[in-house]
Amino acid sequence: MEFREDQVERYSRHIILKEVGGAGQKKLLNARVLVIGAGGLGSPVAMYLAAAGIGTIGIVDMDDVDLSNLQRQILHTTKTVGKPKVLSAYETLTAMNPDVRVVPITEKLTADNVLDLFRDYDVIVDGSDNFGTRYVVNDAAFFLRKPLVSGSILRFEGQVIVLEGYRETPCYRCLYPEAPPPGLVPSCSEAGVLGVLAGTIGTLQASEVVKLILGIGDPLRDRLLIYDALAMTFRKVRVPKDPNCPLCGENPLIHSVSGSTDWACSI
Amino acid sequence: MSVLIRIPTPLRPLTNGQNEVQETGGNVREILDKLTAHYPGIGERILDEKGDVRRFINIYVNEEDIRFREGVQTALKEGDELSIIPAIAGGSR
Repeated sequence: MEFREDQVERYSRHIILKEVGGAGQKKLLNARVLVIGAGGLGSPVAMYLAAAGIGTIGIVDMDDVDLSNLQRQILHTTKTVGKPKVLSAYETLTAMNPDVRVVPITEKLTADNVLDLFRDYDVIVDGSDNFGTRYVVNDAAFFLRKPLVSGSILRFEGQVIVLEGYRETPCYRCLYPEAPPPGLVPSCSEAGVLGVLAGTIGTLQASEVVKLILGIGDPLRDRLLIYDALAMTFRKVRVPKDPNCPLCGENPLIHSVSGSTDWACSI
Repeated sequence: MSVLIRIPTPLRPLTNGQNEVQETGGNVREILDKLTAHYPGIGERILDEKGDVRRFINIYVNEEDIRFREGVQTALKEGDELSIIPAIAGGSR
């Protein structure tokens, strides 16, 4: 693949970095990334990946844009309220960078279709809003041996981690063995979220995706990053692989993807 | 042992908005007992009916998850920091 003249110019600030270069930019242009959720986290993730020239960006979301989304979901605009989020995302991303093939997916992600949805992608990004989906996404990424860049936000706090349970590093189940039962903790719409927090966490996820594709730096594989916007602290804690993990541990009990992706959004 | 406890934002309404509190104790169990006594309501958010740490909440002593050490029996030394980190799932809606 040769760069067109406009591509040399568009990606010049990448190409000039010796860690990226022309070869790295070609890797980005050939990469396929699937973003789960075209919301608070999915917005900055998809926008920075589109700007970076990621060749194919799949984006899964079954919702329509709501006015209450616009406080943080920067893919969408007042004009796209009422439209499917993935179509609003398609418009924004292709306007930013026509090099990118955007694949809008309005289908609801379930345990039954998740493997087919993930199969054609190199990296999966989780910006979903419920625990059911997070476990389904984790298990599918594990079985297909695809890196999962996970981010989550609530109120003033966010978390980021790269999960590759098929290596000597943890999966989501090693980090959180169980989801909170619905009803025990307040939902997102009740608890609220600082809009700009989605940008902080989403751009960190995008940066981890780019590093994984380029094979540079140290991905956040065995540490959980916790950002507290009020205290203005970034902290990392160690997350070991759990030898007793039912998915990626020594004696796995889970051999296929199952479980519901309908789950209340909780603490 | 005096230990600094970092309170995650969802639990701060129960600590009068404080993001850090100080308690004394020789292991994690003693610290959690003190915390529960001083801040009503926080106990049931962190511990289940049997008094075990809920499976969607991790407790770290400094950078280490107590599940991979001695659980609530993990010993503490002066100046240790204890972080309570709940699973959160918000992102798209």
